[in-house]
Amino acid sequence: MISRPMRDVFIETLCNRMTSNENIWFLAADLGSPALDRMREEFPDRFINVGIAEQNLVNVATGLALEGQIVYGYAIAPFISMRAYEQVRVNLSVSSQIRPVNVNLIGVGSGVSYQVSGPTHHCLEDLSIMRLLPNMTVFSPSDATLAETFVDYSIANNGPKYLRFDGKALPQLYQKADRIQLETGFCELIHGSDVCLVSTGFMTHRALLVAKELGNVGVIDLFMLKPLRSDKLHDALSAYRHIITMEEAFINAGGLDSLVASVLTERRSDITLDRIGFNDSYVFQLGSRDHLHRINGMDEATVTTLVNRLRSR
Amino acid sequence: MSLPIDTQALRRKALWVRRETLRIHGLAPETRIASSLSAVELFVGLHYGDVMAFNPCNPRWEGRDRLIISKGHGSICYYPILADLGYFGSDELDHICQEGSFLGGIPDTIIPGYETINGSLGHGLGVACGMALALKSRKSDATIFVMLGDGELNEGSVWEGIMFAAQHGLDNIVAIIDNNKLCMLDRCEKIINLEPLEKRFSAFDWECCRIDGHDLDQICATLKACKGERNGRPKAVIADTIKGKGVPVLESDTLCHIKSLSAQELETALEGLV
Repeated sequence: MISRPMRDVFIETLCNRMTSNENIWFLAADLGSPALDRMREEFPDRFINVGIAEQNLVNVATGLALEGQIVYGYAIAPFISMRAYEQVRVNLSVSSQIRPVNVNLIGVGSGVSYQVSGPTHHCLEDLSIMRLLPNMTVFSPSDATLAETFVDYSIANNGPKYLRFDGKALPQLYQKADRIQLETGFCELIHGSDVCLVSTGFMTHRALLVAKELGNVGVIDLFMLKPLRSDKLHDALSAYRHIITMEEAFINAGGLDSLVASVLTERRSDITLDRIGFNDSYVFQLGSRDHLHRINGMDEATVTTLVNRLRSR
Repeated sequence: MSLPIDTQALRRKALWVRRETLRIHGLAPETRIASSLSAVELFVGLHYGDVMAFNPCNPRWEGRDRLIISKGHGSICYYPILADLGYFGSDELDHICQEGSFLGGIPDTIIPGYETINGSLGHGLGVACGMALALKSRKSDATIFVMLGDGELNEGSVWEGIMFAAQHGLDNIVAIIDNNKLCMLDRCEKIINLEPLEKRFSAFDWECCRIDGHDLDQICATLKACKGERNGRPKAVIADTIKGKGVPVLESDTLCHIKSLSAQELETALEGLV
């Protein structure tokens, strides 16, 4: 199976679009990627390293977008989502309600994908805080094909967007030929019965491992947290008795689990909901991503046990 | 063709703007009157002094000079100017801050003539940098004026923008500092002293000059010169002003930023304007 970082595939495709579309700009807050080297060389005027200055990155992106440009802002996830949050709120979320701005913020290193870098570089809040902003699109892909598909979507759809990219290369889950419907917001990768795992980003890979081991467990990859066809999601969830959400983010804090909970409760569903994720605590421990998941109850064994318990109810 | 500036006419215009600003403050006491009065001549010079290119019939006209009012609260004096120029009807002024009006206590881009969302300080210069890049890339000769407060310079994001503008040679940016020397709670020098401001801007490779921000001759001449000069450097115009200019009860009060004038004070203020 091919494993490529979603950021590299996204940037490569975007670079191709920049050749034919002179309105596309790429701003980086001194963060690189092998794929960026080509862009820096080919488009020295439209690739700008703003320096270690995420607030200014968002402001400059806004100015460009107000002049009709299509802008990508690229930085480490916690810094572009939180250091510059008020800039995002005022200049993108608020502003785009009156004058749409096509600014696409790419946060690299979602969850604990920079596993040994500690709490400053982990990003466990972004899904919640970006989702709550009006007019924002929140995209959390689980593989590079999805990320690539988003390039043309982002060019065609005006308005601010947050792209949550994993820092590591993840196995490919989708084929281009799959005709991915980004607008639907999710894809039921495995249709099961009784229990369904609803996951986003890296955790979709974990969910698939659990489902493969147990069999007959549903897996829904939820890649677009906003906007989302919640009616379609509800229809999909209605085929199950138990839902388990899985995210590399804080739970009970407005992220994926909260989204699914509101879809269920709005329709007075009797489907049960369990939440897998980081529980109101930062991660100082070191070790592999698997280790960090294990000590936080997010590993394959914990989820497998939970599924079995739910099935026996 | 540019016509000679009739300074007397500009002064009369500034007086009228000051009166109108006081009048609408009376209708909406929650508006920030003192920091609006310090900037009256700056707005008048920009719009009546043959400095900016604009088109009230088409506020987003491609060839316009952009004005980003980063010190949003202190621009209530811009409302009567926009109405006078025809961006919207003068009767709108009578409904300021009322249901159905678009003239709020802090102006936003829902008002014809305003480019950006304002009210949160420290954003305007960075946004101007983005606009400046876009305009340069399409060979536009439009200028971006940014109105900043001196207290606003405390915001770190302003200095991110200052560094960026110099690095990229954004000589199509003219920052105007309404240097009224007062924050909300005290004199700026007692909070974060940035004077002499010329040294700060020069150190960051900006071209910088200081003018009397109530002298319309200086304002018009300086802003026109800044606009015309494309020398690879962004420009900062430090306009020394008086917060609450023209109204003694405000001018003498260090806490005037949050002061609303009573009906009696308003009457006295209007009588005292010359």
